[in-house]
Amino acid sequence: MTRTTHQLWHFHGGLKLPGEKHQSTGTPIARTELPRQLVIPVHQHIGETGKVLVNIGDRVLKGQALTQPTAYVSAPVHAPTSGTVKDIAEYPAPHPSRLSTLCVVIEADGKDEWIQLESRADYKKMSPADLRNLVRHAGIVGLGGAAFPTSVKLNPGPGHQIKTLIINGAECEPYITCDDMLMRERADEVISGAEIISHALNTAHCLIAVENNKPEAIAALNTAISDAGVDYIDVVAIPTIYPTGGEKQLIKVLTNKEVPSDGLPADIGIVMQNVGTAAAIYRAVFHGQPLISRIVTVTGKGITQPQNMEVLIGTPMSALIEQACGYQENADRLIMGGPMMGFTMHCDSLPVTKGCNCLLVETADQHSDENNAMPCIRCGECARVCPVSLLPQQLYWHASSKNFDQVQDYNLFDCIECGCCAYVCPSHIPLVQYYRFAKTEIWNRERDQQKSDHARIRHDFRQARLDKEKREREERLRKKKDMLEKKKQAEAADKNETEEDPKKAAIAAALARVQDKKAKAADAPKNTDNLTAAQQKQVDEANKRRETE
Amino acid sequence: MSILIAVVTLSVIAALFGLLLGYASIKFRVEGDPVVEKIDALLPQTQCGQCSFPGCRPYAEAIASGEAPINLCPPGGETTMLALADLLGVEPVALDDEHDTEPTKTVVVIDEQTCIGCTLCIQACPVDAILGAAKQMHTVIADECTGCNLCIPPCPVDCIHITPVKVEPDTWRWPLPEQNFAAPRA
Ligand code: SF4
Ligand code: SF4
Ligand code: SF4
Ligand code: SF4
Ligand code: SF4
Repeated sequence: MTRTTHQLWHFHGGLKLPGEKHQSTGTPIARTELPRQLVIPVHQHIGETGKVLVNIGDRVLKGQALTQPTAYVSAPVHAPTSGTVKDIAEYPAPHPSRLSTLCVVIEADGKDEWIQLESRADYKKMSPADLRNLVRHAGIVGLGGAAFPTSVKLNPGPGHQIKTLIINGAECEPYITCDDMLMRERADEVISGAEIISHALNTAHCLIAVENNKPEAIAALNTAISDAGVDYIDVVAIPTIYPTGGEKQLIKVLTNKEVPSDGLPADIGIVMQNVGTAAAIYRAVFHGQPLISRIVTVTGKGITQPQNMEVLIGTPMSALIEQACGYQENADRLIMGGPMMGFTMHCDSLPVTKGCNCLLVETADQHSDENNAMPCIRCGECARVCPVSLLPQQLYWHASSKNFDQVQDYNLFDCIECGCCAYVCPSHIPLVQYYRFAKTEIWNRERDQQKSDHARIRHDFRQARLDKEKREREERLRKKKDMLEKKKQAEAADKNETEEDPKKAAIAAALARVQDKKAKAADAPKNTDNLTAAQQKQVDEANKRRETE
Repeated sequence: MSILIAVVTLSVIAALFGLLLGYASIKFRVEGDPVVEKIDALLPQTQCGQCSFPGCRPYAEAIASGEAPINLCPPGGETTMLALADLLGVEPVALDDEHDTEPTKTVVVIDEQTCIGCTLCIQACPVDAILGAAKQMHTVIADECTGCNLCIPPCPVDCIHITPVKVEPDTWRWPLPEQNFAAPRA
């Protein structure tokens, strides 16, 4: 039921932007042709990368898990169609870094043969933990663009009673219409998904927030709610103002509550999910289908036939462009996401990922050259529009001079990178890029610090071990010496035992030596030198006699 | 009389606190020099000895005692030097020209086909980042390696090679936008 009377609040700043939405809402969501080959990045979400479960050459079925989550904050990816695993290697990823990441390449066999699917239409009998597990193994992540694993958000943790579930259908960024089209065409799936999430969170109240520039979506949702006969879901039309779809901004608009700076909505009893995520949860629960496709808006002045299409994850972007009848002549750059928060892609052969809500092709006259930036004139426009009430000019100042402590004092990490400040800046300063620079630089330093702390511990440990080994060696050496000493003493003692007392023995020995000497002296007569042979003979005989006597 | 009581009470209290303080100073004595700890916490702990001291802690001690300048650590680069200047309240000192202000992070890998298993590299590694045993193939645990390169000279068959640490999308950093202010257009 639409409560037109639902009280609304305002967040600070924000912008009224030209919507540019009508271009892509003229035709229903199109189906894309099955591509010959799909490239599925293993890491498409915030959190840990999963472990690859398949090998090159394996035949996989549509919906078969290709990876297995390795940590709590992690999500698996699934085969979007049946076919053969052709390669598991690094391929360019749709990321501003232009780096490559590990991907599973599947060559489609054209049969599109599903795995065994299990429907859990009886989900109300499931425990919240089982439901979370189902959502986790279906690889569902936030489809609004952030790609945070949904199962984690469905677990607010002990002590958090969730009073309100907010389903985010604001879709405030210009050009993007994938949520709008989803709500128009599949409102029943969104409502069903909202019911499932409410059950998982044990919440009795759910708001679906939609910007008031989408009357068709609001009508469709209301019809679906009355068809389903649920009384705790309300659709709320909210003013069209960018970035009202930001999590904290939307909470402020709907409830007047502020999420603490380093806190989560769950801390104030709120969980928010995107409409696309709700529909994906419905499909996982009611049809057993993992997240293998999403709706992508292909639009912009550089596209011949802007439209929305349901796209298998891993489809090359070029296939989407082709289906939209190709680029216009003056097409200049391809952006993944919207004009405010999206990232420029360096080529169009990159695969569509779970977080890719829009492909926007801009023309050359649409964006100002970054090299046109001029010095800040301190006009304060940026601070006036910042939805987080930050001081973008100060952030810019400290980020550009690499004062990373001060830039954090100005709450850099509360910046949602909405781009409002850069949009209004009369000096065309690419402000958000400075904030991204500062954020990634600070993270990098934190990683370095962790690494060096770790190295210090290992070094100290090794040092302690070496010291211990040294001590032990010395100890052993000392023991050996001791033993040698003892052995010597023991031998000496053995001798002493026969001669009773060492002192007496010494005296006796001395005496014996003296007597020996005397006897020798006595034995040797002094007149025996120079004897003749006869005399010698006589002496010998005499001696003989003496001995025998 | 009451004066006596007061004097006695106060003396007893004073004695008690004296004992308490004495005990506390023994019990809670800070191990080591806190300045050295703070400096050591800023050093990258590569333990490479390029600062001419036999490790990060000895260098930290030398800085603390004023024997060494703050710009001797090449792995730390400008970041570490500036952090040290900030901590100690001294003027920044430029790094040697031959060293990068922002050094590339590296680790080493052992060519396992060539390794003869002499264990010399294990003995040289300050953080136990090499795994192996006598006459067995050796290998480097990349996550533990600090890139100090101390294991390279002892290797008799030159099978240890330096490789840059791979940048992943998650560890990638946005570049600082260039500030080349164009002249205002007419
Ligand atoms: S809007 Fe631009 S020029 Fe004005 S204060 Fe902010 S950064 Fe400076
Ligand atoms: S990008 Fe950040 S600083 Fe700029 S307006 Fe948005 S939240 Fe504020
Ligand atoms: S140069 Fe730097 S990293 Fe190497 S030992 Fe000295 S302080 Fe440590
Ligand atoms: S493996 Fe070599 S380069 Fe790496 S930390 Fe050990 S000694 Fe240094
Ligand atoms: S020093 Fe060289 S040869 Fe010896 S164990 Fe290490 S890597 Fe192998």
